[in-house]
Amino acid sequence: MNEQRLPPVTALGMLSLALIVAGGIYLSAHLPNHVPLGPAVALLAASALVLGINIFLLSRVRDFDWARFFQVGKWSLLAYVVIAGMIEYVFLRNHVSGGTLVVLTLSLVVFAVHVPMLVGFTVARYSDLGERVAA
Amino acid sequence: MTDVAIPTGPPAVEAGAAPPPGAIEIPDFQIVPRAGLAIAAVVLVCLIVAIAVNSLWPLMFFHVAFGAGWTIIDLFLGLVLGPIMGAMPVPARIQFTTRLMPKMVVIMPVVVTATLAAGWQVGVKTGNVLSISQDHGWVVASYIVVGVMAVLALGLLEPANIAVLFELKKPRPNPEVIEHLMKRFIYCAGVLGVMQVATLVIMTKLASG
Repeated sequence: MNEQRLPPVTALGMLSLALIVAGGIYLSAHLPNHVPLGPAVALLAASALVLGINIFLLSRVRDFDWARFFQVGKWSLLAYVVIAGMIEYVFLRNHVSGGTLVVLTLSLVVFAVHVPMLVGFTVARYSDLGERVAA
Repeated sequence: MTDVAIPTGPPAVEAGAAPPPGAIEIPDFQIVPRAGLAIAAVVLVCLIVAIAVNSLWPLMFFHVAFGAGWTIIDLFLGLVLGPIMGAMPVPARIQFTTRLMPKMVVIMPVVVTATLAAGWQVGVKTGNVLSISQDHGWVVASYIVVGVMAVLALGLLEPANIAVLFELKKPRPNPEVIEHLMKRFIYCAGVLGVMQVATLVIMTKLASG
């Protein structure tokens, strides 16, 4: 449908989200026992790596409506920072601390960046198409 | 505050001219309803208070009321409204979409956040989230179901929802783009509806011990 070849931003975004969700489930499933952080850190690192690759691939796209991407992305970011803040508040309210808190907080950062990126990308990828087809 | 029209033929409408025959009228709408944001803010403040107070009744209220809302919306949208929307003629579907989807943009994130945040707090208070709990396997199953639903909803459904609203806001929306995004939305809602059946099974098992 889109005339321009675009990187698989949505697929990579979903992979990144799946990795942090898996890490979150792993940590939550072991409470209140001591949790070896290795697997959760590996999942978070893999998720962050996929986010980095996604940003790099998207940044190389030519003729992309960056203005629309950032317009939508910044408001989505605001919404997801509020949601991530709520989740972080629940962690702190329940005295989560140390390495577990660091991993969960960084997971929330990846979540709060990647979802707005997906929303902004999905809107911006079709941004010019209507006008182009109409022209 | 004017309506726009999707031309189904070659786009040759001059500014101020009447829509061409066969054009589809699109009602004016806000992508994110501002009144809804105010209600969402009130709900989130109440949720913070409920978690801070950490009393079982308000937490249970948030978890059960908003969880029921989430499950019913997903089931109804995915298994009842979705197929109906898919069978609607395009003009009717656009009329319906411009009224339903802006509300979903506000409702769903609030409903999901309230359900999960209050649910976790209830689990901590009742001990269900602890690995020593006898129902722990069911709780972990619920994490997995919610996790899969979250990835689908955040990665596919919500971006499609917002993108279709932006497309409909254009002076000349592309019907092909709308069709593509609506298909993605409806299929995704269908999968989420089916997954909510699993949520119902797990939650009723946990509630009955």
